Amino acid sequence: MADPMTPEPFRIERVSRELADTFTLDLVPVGDKRDFDFQPGQFNMLYHFGVGEVPISISGDAGTKGRVTHTVRAVGTVTESMADLKKGDMVGVRGPFGSTWPMELAEGHDVVIVTGGIGLAPLRPAIYHVLANRGKYGRVAILYGARTPSDILYREELEAWSARLDVSVEATVDTAGTDWTGNVGVVTKLLPRGNFDGRDAVALVCGPEVMMRFTVHALNDQGVTNDCIFVSMERNMKCAVGFCGHCQFGSRFVCKDGPVFRFDQIEDIFRVKGI
Amino acid sequence: MAQAEGLDKLLSEHPFFRDMDTKVRGIVAGCAKNEVFEAGQYVFNEGGQADKFYILRHGSIAIEVDVPSREPLILETVNDGEIFGWSWIVPPYRRTFDARTLELCRIVSLDAKCLRGKMEKDHSLGYEFYKRFIPVMAERLGAARLQLLDLYGNPRA
Ligand SMILES: Cc1cc2nc3c(=O)[nH]c(=O)nc-3n(C[C@H](O)[C@H](O)[C@H](O)COP(=O)(O)OP(=O)(O)OC[C@H]3O[C@@H](n4cnc5c(N)ncnc54)[C@H](O)[C@@H]3O)c2cc1C
Ligand code: FES
Repeated sequence: MADPMTPEPFRIERVSRELADTFTLDLVPVGDKRDFDFQPGQFNMLYHFGVGEVPISISGDAGTKGRVTHTVRAVGTVTESMADLKKGDMVGVRGPFGSTWPMELAEGHDVVIVTGGIGLAPLRPAIYHVLANRGKYGRVAILYGARTPSDILYREELEAWSARLDVSVEATVDTAGTDWTGNVGVVTKLLPRGNFDGRDAVALVCGPEVMMRFTVHALNDQGVTNDCIFVSMERNMKCAVGFCGHCQFGSRFVCKDGPVFRFDQIEDIFRVKGI
Repeated sequence: MAQAEGLDKLLSEHPFFRDMDTKVRGIVAGCAKNEVFEAGQYVFNEGGQADKFYILRHGSIAIEVDVPSREPLILETVNDGEIFGWSWIVPPYRRTFDARTLELCRIVSLDAKCLRGKMEKDHSLGYEFYKRFIPVMAERLGAARLQLLDLYGNPRA
């Protein structure tokens, strides 16, 4: 990485509308940086010129060189303004930053991926990795929760993964109309039905913090211990390199110690109110 | 008798009854009946008498509510190995929601009056039931509370 504080220019190659408030940007570097290497779980600081900078996980395939993909949900000043970006527009990129999903450590074990809402975006590179290296892992379960059927992110991909014989995919929504024939209920309810052995599984979890807390309990009920559970945390960020202290989470910095943490290493601060 | 034995076997394979004392399960099987519902059928409707309790062997059921001037809403789905229709155990034994099959469902239904009568006579049977029911009800209440939080809702919306 060059100067980690200086954004590199990237051109938007494609904008895909995923959901009413969510879009995916495919970016290509235009400066000296022709390649972009990252590991599943890492994030970039995306600088929307003249508006501001936000941390966004990389949601594309680490195996695809020369392009970097981000899926963004419009929730506030910067992300809402980013929703108006078009093909050919420029953004600044700093990164990749942060810790990664434990793809090597999970080899030889069952992998259970539990995610909700936009949380599927930071986990998609991990899913691509597992599917591209399918023989290295045991049983694979992908469990996803969304608000309603029309809020299901990457629906076509979920359907394609679910059609494979070597992955079990279950989705659930919080409420649905009667035309929906899938599951309705919280994502934790899918765990007893996920095809994996809790005593030999590594769990990757990403979603709203409350959802992650309840997911950890439900994983424990299935026999998965906290040292085999990995969660991705979100905190407001500025520098992304451990200088400013904006992202402090207890004694740790989410930008450099995280965003992916092994749960037993943060569980003492995970439930502390106000952190 | 042969039918009750068959039902006893079906019950013994269901997670709700699996670890129940064989003798107690035999008594329960005396109130049981095997039922098959095609996809799209209503098993019960809101406001109806809760005269049965259901054990889902295969299939999925939508628990739904009719909302005036809106499409009905599915609140929860119940799948293989779960139970549903718990109003049978709570006076005044009235259904609070509709239950509709989402696919072909194989169900064991238990006659609620028969079961309540047996539980009244034999409190240890009642205890066996409550011991299994309360965790299911607590889990559903917890899940309903989480759903209420609208965790995935847009913070700005
Ligand atoms: C490591 C990391 C990875 C991330 N990955 C992604 C990603 O892949 N895709 C994505 O869309 N977002 C992701 N985020 C969240 C994203 O950074 C924020 O949504 C963004 O910074 C909000 O900036 P804003 O200016 O648009 O909103 P602001 O104007 O700053 O905030 C607007 C409103 O949104 C709320 N808000 C802000 N951030 C969040 C949040 N993280 N979750 C829920 N509510 C929030 C605020 O409380 C406020 O009510 C990630 C965050 C981190 C730390
Ligand atoms: S964002 Fe500055 S220390 Fe983490």
